[in-house]
Amino acid sequence: MTLLAPPHPLEKRVLLRRFDSPRTEPVWIDEYLRTGGYEAIRKALSMEPEQIVEEVKKSALRGRGGAGFPTGLKWSFVDRRSPKPKYVVVNADEGEPGTCKDRILMGYDPHRLIEGVLIGARAINACRGWIYIRGEYREYINIMDRAIEEACQRGFLGSNVLGSGWEFHLSTHTGAGSYECGEETALLESLEGKRGNPRLKPPFPATSGAFQCPTILNNVETFCAVPDIILNGGDWYHSLGTPKNGGTRLVCLSGHIERPGVYEVPLGMNLLTIINEIGGGVWKGRKLKAVIPGGSSSPVLKAEECDIPADYDSLAKAGSMLGSGATVVLDETTDMAKVLARLMKFYAHESCGWCIPCREGTTWLKKISTRLEEGIGSERDLATIDQISQNMLGRTFCPLGDAAAMPAMAIVRKFGDEILEKLKSASALVPAPGTQPLAVL
Amino acid sequence: MTFSPELEARFAKMIGNYPPGRQKGALIPMLLYAQDEVGAITDEVIEEIGRRLQVSRVEIEEVLGYYTMLTREPRGKHHIQICTNISCMLTGGEELFHHACRKLGIGNRQKTPDGQFSLEEVECLGACSWAPAMQVNYDFHYQMTPEKFDQLIDSLRKLQ
Repeated sequence: MTLLAPPHPLEKRVLLRRFDSPRTEPVWIDEYLRTGGYEAIRKALSMEPEQIVEEVKKSALRGRGGAGFPTGLKWSFVDRRSPKPKYVVVNADEGEPGTCKDRILMGYDPHRLIEGVLIGARAINACRGWIYIRGEYREYINIMDRAIEEACQRGFLGSNVLGSGWEFHLSTHTGAGSYECGEETALLESLEGKRGNPRLKPPFPATSGAFQCPTILNNVETFCAVPDIILNGGDWYHSLGTPKNGGTRLVCLSGHIERPGVYEVPLGMNLLTIINEIGGGVWKGRKLKAVIPGGSSSPVLKAEECDIPADYDSLAKAGSMLGSGATVVLDETTDMAKVLARLMKFYAHESCGWCIPCREGTTWLKKISTRLEEGIGSERDLATIDQISQNMLGRTFCPLGDAAAMPAMAIVRKFGDEILEKLKSASALVPAPGTQPLAVL
Repeated sequence: MTFSPELEARFAKMIGNYPPGRQKGALIPMLLYAQDEVGAITDEVIEEIGRRLQVSRVEIEEVLGYYTMLTREPRGKHHIQICTNISCMLTGGEELFHHACRKLGIGNRQKTPDGQFSLEEVECLGACSWAPAMQVNYDFHYQMTPEKFDQLIDSLRKLQ
């Protein structure tokens, strides 16, 4: 089957522009070249590296992996004249629950990613790059390997890129099962053949990244936006979105929705428009209860909070985040205690154990929320979840602790009443306060 | 020990993908590809890859304890991984997992006595828009139902 959704009239397809109709085969090099491929790297080779960075800054492109950091600014932190080799790393460790867009880009338009990486590499004068792809995505590793081979044969990669005298090599690198490795410094540790424990920052990867050399590290989608920015200009890309939130982004619709799928929309499109128009609304004619707007780590929004522009700044203002663009729709029948318990089980499983607030915090959040889901517990548990979460926020090397704490706090604060109702209706099961030792769970 | 010529060629290329003296970078990819061929990370695999990359046994053990795809014990010929994370849970992933347990007669992280199937409840597979999703080895199966699961298992059984 194809994973490409038929285009919706409200979509603005830039990254997906080659896919006006669904197909099963990737765009291999001949088709890519026929449709304007590798023109951006030719142009970039005629530009000064500073100009490339400037153009990306002007585009207001922000990191599509979740953090939303301005890409041009990130690239400008690399000292191009450092005597050390410079590297480029692509984060294709797609694992944030709800997120399934990088596989579309790699699986159908692999040369777009290679071209974006080449431009980024040129901007910092890098000599080598790696595409770190999660191990489960062997299918996409094979596609990227073949595309890299094609690009080498045509002189786009290798010891003399397009006869410019610049040497740049690119390869894939498989992960082996770890959500944590999606965090940039954990990913770098993994790339070096170690456990994916995060590093203390600073130094940031721009000064000490892969193999302790200056490195730029961006998500697949971020790199995929770069060729069009170079071809059409940063201002053009910026104008597609909203101020400070340039361009288009992929949105992954999943959960209780009529037309789940991966779509491309301008930054700032109203969240309800995305769900109701592009996604066809809540499934089975039901009402909307809540939306997780940017992957499981983003705080849940109640239905009445969803009438907002979906861009980085507007969602931050609403107390959530755009994250990775994964929009999970929850209908009126959703048991929020169950959602909480399932998410906490995930974070407890994926915590690498390096930082105590995360290791212990996620474990206790899982225990308490599992107990609540089973209808056992007390009102006090909600306050305890909130308190544990607050004690995790900002107290860990990497954002996994925050990623667990933020949705936990949002669910107990916004849906605490519902969870308590569930406890009351299961009251026959509730033991006297304090008689249910958590340790048995 | 030696690997198949295809894998040896892959390994030779892989080791060259990392900066001089930093060939340990190839460790996790080599372990995973070796596991795919051998069936598990055996003592011999540890010794051989450790020797080639000049990595100590304990450094390999550290990695094995961390990455969920790496295993010391051989899994079933068809390793079934069912996602029950949020998007799959909302669309029937948990029911699918319980159905799989009944159909195969095994629990989470167990293997059928004939060694044909093993089952694992996994975290997000990145297939959320086509939920509920599962993998058999590296093959994805999307929008699964108990009926589609039964058909798949029956067709895999016929392959034997």
